[in-house]
Amino acid sequence: MIVAERKPLAEILKMLRDSRKILVLACKGCVTVCSAGGEREAEILASLVRLGLRKEGKEAEVATASLVRQCDKEYIDGLDQYAGQYDAILSTACGVGVNFIANLRPAEHVYPALNTTFFGGSAEQGVWKEMCAGCGHCVLHFTGGLCPVARCAKSLMNGPCGGSANGRCEINTETDCVWQMIYDRMGRLERQQELTAAAPVRDWSTAGHGGPRKRVREDLTV
Amino acid sequence: MSFTPDIRLFTCHYAAAQSCAEGGKVLGELNFPANITLTRLACTGKLEETDLLKAFEDGADAVYVVGCPAEGCHNVKGSQRAAKRVAAVRKALAELGVEADRVRMYHLERGLHPEFIAAAEEMNALTSRLGKSPFCRKAA
Repeated sequence: MIVAERKPLAEILKMLRDSRKILVLACKGCVTVCSAGGEREAEILASLVRLGLRKEGKEAEVATASLVRQCDKEYIDGLDQYAGQYDAILSTACGVGVNFIANLRPAEHVYPALNTTFFGGSAEQGVWKEMCAGCGHCVLHFTGGLCPVARCAKSLMNGPCGGSANGRCEINTETDCVWQMIYDRMGRLERQQELTAAAPVRDWSTAGHGGPRKRVREDLTV
Repeated sequence: MSFTPDIRLFTCHYAAAQSCAEGGKVLGELNFPANITLTRLACTGKLEETDLLKAFEDGADAVYVVGCPAEGCHNVKGSQRAAKRVAAVRKALAELGVEADRVRMYHLERGLHPEFIAAAEEMNALTSRLGKSPFCRKAA
């Protein structure tokens, strides 16, 4: 899922300083699962925005609504029922959702309530960890299913680096060295010999270095 | 200038059971401050952050929660969950430049005992020092 976290309230209130009718728009997709921007978080944020603006001596009408997803055109159409009613939409979706609203509803003032952080999973209740960088060229079949692009601080293809010590990363000693994990796992799978082959120089053009990426499935377009 | 704070208390059935006996009469006899509005919940784990924030929106100068001991909650982890939510609101208040102590969590044994009254008196004294809620400012 896409993992996100709420922006500092001061930043959000600055965005909304001239708004008097605000719609806090939740997304029922990834940000609900990572407890950053679902209906529950939108209600909390709406209350905080009301209180924050009131403290500044401003009174605003702050309502909440939610869409199934903010990253699909068909669900963005659900915004039409609020057309002209609000002078700001504070989206609690990831950055994709904010972009979708900005693209599809040019007249709306849409603002991001969240910082979109990474693609990850729930390691335990209340803890999410980055597992994928969306680099467009998956190498997990070489590394026992553990991603060196997302989980190595240097995205090394032939790790570990000299900074790996006691199974931990030198950049952050609280982080496991993924290359140590890869070697350990490949050993358990009796595949460690495969790691003696040097990985070739990587082509990073699939990782967004050639600009925004796009995927077209001709069989699905009508 | 004298100031009587508007304080809201959310407490679980167990921590407040005896305090509500005889329609709150016993509570009054023990000098429980009259300016504290008590809301009894089945469990403080039921409490949401929005409940605490709404109390401030409705004009509270301070809000506090009394639940079971953290390791002795009747519903196992209810009061721990409440404490987490109180902590989240404390953090949010600090972000807004408001004293975090305007919202507090107390873990007390069940029943009516001096600590229940002491917590109320402590919140009353604390809020009197902090003054009127900055959220009660009139809109420009």
